[in-house]
This record gives sequence, C-alpha cells and structure tokens, in this order.
Amino acid sequence: MKYYAAIREALRCELERDPRVFFMGEDVGKPGGIYAQSRGLQEEFGVERVRDTPAGELGFMGAAVGAALTGARPVVEISFADFIPVCLDQLVNQAAKIRYMSGGQARVPLTVVTFGGAGRNAGPQHSGSYEALLGSIPGLRVVMPSTPYDVQGFLKAAIRDDDPTIVILNKALLGLADDSEAGVEPIPFGEAAVRREGEDVTIVAWSAMVHTALEAADRLAAEDGVSAEVIDLRSIQPLDGETIGASARKTGRVVTVQETVSFAGIGAEVAAEVSRRAFGWLDAPVQIVGPPFTPVPFSKLMEEFVLPDAGSIVRAVREIL
Amino acid sequence: MGIQPELRLQMYETMLRIRRFEEETAALFAAGDLPGFVHLSIGQEAVPTGICAALDPADTITATHRGHGHILAKGADMGRMMAELMGKRTGYCAGKGGSMHISSLDLGVLGANGILGAGQPIAVGAALSARLLGEERISVTFFGEGASAQGGVHEAMNLAAVWKLPVVFVAEINGWAELSPYSDHVSVPSLVDRAAGYGIDAASVDGTDVEAVLDGAREAVERCRSGEGPVLLEARTQRWHGHFEGDRQLYRPEGEVAALPELYDPLVLQSDRLLELGIASEAELDAIERRVAEEVAEAVLFGRNSPESAPEDALLHVYSTDGRGGAA
Ligand SMILES: Cc1ncc(C[n+]2csc(CCOP(=O)(O)OP(=O)(O)O)c2C)c(N)n1
Repeated sequence: MKYYAAIREALRCELERDPRVFFMGEDVGKPGGIYAQSRGLQEEFGVERVRDTPAGELGFMGAAVGAALTGARPVVEISFADFIPVCLDQLVNQAAKIRYMSGGQARVPLTVVTFGGAGRNAGPQHSGSYEALLGSIPGLRVVMPSTPYDVQGFLKAAIRDDDPTIVILNKALLGLADDSEAGVEPIPFGEAAVRREGEDVTIVAWSAMVHTALEAADRLAAEDGVSAEVIDLRSIQPLDGETIGASARKTGRVVTVQETVSFAGIGAEVAAEVSRRAFGWLDAPVQIVGPPFTPVPFSKLMEEFVLPDAGSIVRAVREIL
Repeated sequence: MGIQPELRLQMYETMLRIRRFEEETAALFAAGDLPGFVHLSIGQEAVPTGICAALDPADTITATHRGHGHILAKGADMGRMMAELMGKRTGYCAGKGGSMHISSLDLGVLGANGILGAGQPIAVGAALSARLLGEERISVTFFGEGASAQGGVHEAMNLAAVWKLPVVFVAEINGWAELSPYSDHVSVPSLVDRAAGYGIDAASVDGTDVEAVLDGAREAVERCRSGEGPVLLEARTQRWHGHFEGDRQLYRPEGEVAALPELYDPLVLQSDRLLELGIASEAELDAIERRVAEEVAEAVLFGRNSPESAPEDALLHVYSTDGRGGAA
C-alpha cells in the first residue's frame, strides 16, 4: 500500500469503527484531499463526518478541541505543517493543557494530521515539520511515520487515544509503497523501530530521513565495510530512550540525522539520551546531522545544499570511525 | 413569555451569590490569602445570571478570565470554587487551574480561559459535537470587547455561521479591556454592527437588567434550538473593580468608578422590582441575604480546611493515562 492510501485506509477504518470519529480539513471532503488521501470518504460517511472547512485553521482547530471535549473524536487535517503556527494557541494552550488545568476531568481525544517535510521545492513557508516545537509541549504526543505501515498504525492509535496527538506526515513520502495491507493494528506510542541491524555505528533518524539513513548505511557497507544500525524513532513525544541507549551501548557511536534545523532539536534530545544511558560505552561524541540554521529555500540547488543527504550522513560517520 | 416570580427571585439570589462570593474573594486577596491573579465581575452579575437562566443543564458554556459569575450561574458549588482559588485539592481542578481556568465538565462549564478569543472556537466545537452525536444541547460563549479584537472570535463566528451551529456568542461589554477603553479595541459603536458581516442575528440588551438579559437570552436560545444558527447577543454592562484586584483604575475618568453603584447596580434594580411587584418582602430579601452570607462563609471554611495538593500531584493529568511525556 502507498503512504497516501494508508492515510485513507486508517481514516476509513476508524470512521467505520466509531461513530464519534469525524474528519475535517480544507478540501478533504468533496474534493477528497489534495493528495487523494480522503477520496471517497465523504460519499461513504456523509458530509457531517467528512467535512470541508473554511480556510481558517485557528477556528476549526478550536472547534475540534471543543468537539473533543464534548464527546466527539475529531481528526483534523492541517494541509501543511507550516500552517500549524496559525492555530498554535489551540494546540499549545488549549488541547495540550485542558486536561491538566481541569485537574483530570477533561479528555481531549484530538488527532491532528499534517503534512510536513522539505525536498519538494515548496519554499520557506511550505517545507517545515515543527516536530521539535510540538514535541516540547507537555500534553501533546507527536509521531512521524516513515512507512505506509506506520501511517496506518499510528493514525489508528492516535484516533483511539484519549489525548491530543499530532501525526506529522511527510510530503516526500506520499508515493512510497510497502507491502502492508489494510488491517494494520494500532502501534503503541514511544516505540522506535530498528530498521537495519548493525554493529559499528548507530544512525538515528525519523520520517523521510530514515530512508536517507538506510541509503547511507548501504553505502557505508559497500564502500567502507562498516555495519550501521538504523533506528527509526517514529515517535517523537514520547521518545524511546531505551532503544536508543541499547543501540548506543552496542555500537559505541551515534549519528543523528534530521531534516529540520538542529538547534533545540530532536537530535539534541537523542544525544542527551545517549549520554545518559551509554556514556561509558561511547567511542566518539554524538554527531548531529541537520540543515544549517536557515529557513528552507525555494531553489532546487539551494534546497539540496541545506538538506542532509546520504553523502552527509556517510561523511559524519566517517568522521567518528 | 413572561418571567415566573420564582425565577425572578432566583435570579436575584444568583446575582447576590456572585456578588458576595466576589466581595469575599476581593477581601481574601487584599489580605494576601489568595495567590495569583484575580479578575472580578462585580457589577456584571446580571449578564451570566440572565444568560444561564435561559439554559438547560446539558447546555455548555465557555467562560473568561473574569469567569466566577459565569461558573456560579451555571450551578457551581461555591466551596469547590473557593478551594480552587486557594489552590486546594478539593477545588474543581484539584488546584491546577486557579481563578482563571476553572472548569466543571459535569456542569457543562468547558472552562474559563486565560487566553482571549480561545473559548469561542471551542464553543463552536461543542455545538458541532452536539449535532454530530445527536445531542440536544446548545453552546454559549462569553467574551468581552477586548477579546472581540482576537481573530479567534472572528473565525468562530464565521465558522458557526457557515455551519449554522447552535452557538450564542455573548459579548459582555463592560467598557474596558485591561486598562484601556472600548474605543481602543473596537471601531463600531456596538458589536451588533459586526453581525451582518457574518450573516448572523444579533441584539443588544441592557446588561444591568437581569430580566432584559434573560429576555434576550431566551430569544437567542430559541433561535439556536430551532436550528436557525448562531446568534450574537451584546450585553452592555459596567466593570466596577479594576482589571485585576490591586488595579486602582487611575486611568478612568475621575468620579466614574465611585458613581457606578448608584447608577448601575443590577442587584438594586432587581430587588426594587421584586419589592414593587410584591414578589418578595424586605424580610424575604433579608433572609436571602443571610442564606448567601452563610454559603459564602461555609465556602471559605471549606477552602481553608481542605487539604493542600501534594506537590507531586503536579505530575498527574498531563496525559489521560497519567503517564508522562519525555523519554520512555
Ligand atoms: C491572547 C491574550 N492577549 C492578551 C491577554 C491579556 N489580557 C487579559 S484580559 C485583557 C482584556 C480583556 O478585555 P475584555 O475582553 O473586554 O474582558 P474584560 O477584562 O473586560 O472582562 C487582556 C488584554 C490575554 N489574556 N490573552
């Protein structure tokens, strides 16, 4: 199944399973989504449950929070992750804090699905992912699936969960296919996946960079005879420190790779976990591979220049071997 | 529809409960017995009282930072409110919310809010879920002229109008937003002037007269319940106290504040009416006064005698599993 179709499959399954679930966003209903990610769902479930919204993210995100507070289970699409700042108050001050502020009375079973990711010449305002920003908010969960299987599993988990969860999908992966079929079970939050086992170095990545890391691992094996372990974080908040620590103790070397700037980023959190859990086993300092501290530029040449690729990962690994 | 004598009396009592609760709150704050920020609605009691008198228990409200009146009028227990103001474990929010964030989901109070313009989209969502789940409730949201400058209020009105949802937007116009006047925040004489831009119905009522508020609220609620979409109800009222307790209101024209109780006391207006119409005697009003005084005293005692929250309770209620974020 393809990545975009896994979105539709998970939504279809959950809409069918629970009448309290509804899906809304800009052009997700009648038009079926800009990526066909919800094609056919409105015909199947009706306009009330697969709902087109006006282009006002603050308003409909707030409405989703209110609906979640009063017994519904909304799934909201924010078509580009860069539009999340437009409705950030409803996520940061409302969805994330309402349960806490209410002393545990309230639940906010809200799922936000959004498309992040660079590498498609979408320019500075359509290429961000914001996982570090969102992952730093107590009360929110953040997942970033890198495969169609994970898209299905995490979306289902998010929709069945009683807390606000943000599923950051990657535009660059929409056409990616794997051998998953309908019926994937929900995946628990906070469990990373070892995508490739290795002995010499651990490469930690998430979302699209997992695939870049796997490409780098192939090259390291072929060109350097180096055996790299590739960990896909999958879940940003909570973060699976245990899997990271275990791998670091095994290999003694860790490189993290991310598509978003590294300052105050998730790579730094991974490095902190490694230092806490595997300091005595380390043979080299943790390397954080990420773009320079700039927005994502439009021009293909400039965008390629700032984004990490397999070559930059290979270089970072060679530096610490 | 006329107003039943019992309801007229009951609304007087509700207003008195709000007034005395907040007077006590002011005194406790002045004595240093309450932490944090406290925003009082003394002088505005008729607005939440008249609105909530038109609601069913299942209807929901979102309140504001100046929300004690909204929450009491929706049926809250004074003791648990006072305990929350004191940060005690027995408070509505177990001491995690405080004055600005009280909620009671059981009473349909979706929350006071420390963020201007945030409650209105949430209220739209409550109306949306009612329709989706086939529940016969409507949604009410309170906000002031200051909040009316927020984009969230605009988006909420537009959304409720586009989707024809049962939301009553209650604009509580008390003349001030923090330390600056209405005209610094709003360009039109009345928020009713904005309604046409959303294609929604609107009315303005005298927010000092609880019966005028009730009449306006009944009409608005009726429209909502019959599926005609959202309504904007403006209530013109007066803020007697400062923006927060401790604000001496030096920015207000000289003499304005001192003159307010004489000119705009919703309690006096209603008690005069009750006496005039023979609905209550002086003695009956005195009895209400004593009953409310007792309720307030008990609330304070309940708060004082309630256990403190355990410091480590700070770790609870972040997630519904009570698990924590961070690295697993
Ligand atoms: C988003 C946001 N901006 C600013 C504030 C600070 N603030 C608190 S109350 C207030 C004025 C509110 O005026 P109004 O809405 O008229 O309500 P009132 O205080 O008169 O009851 C301001 C600016 C806030 N709480 N939230």
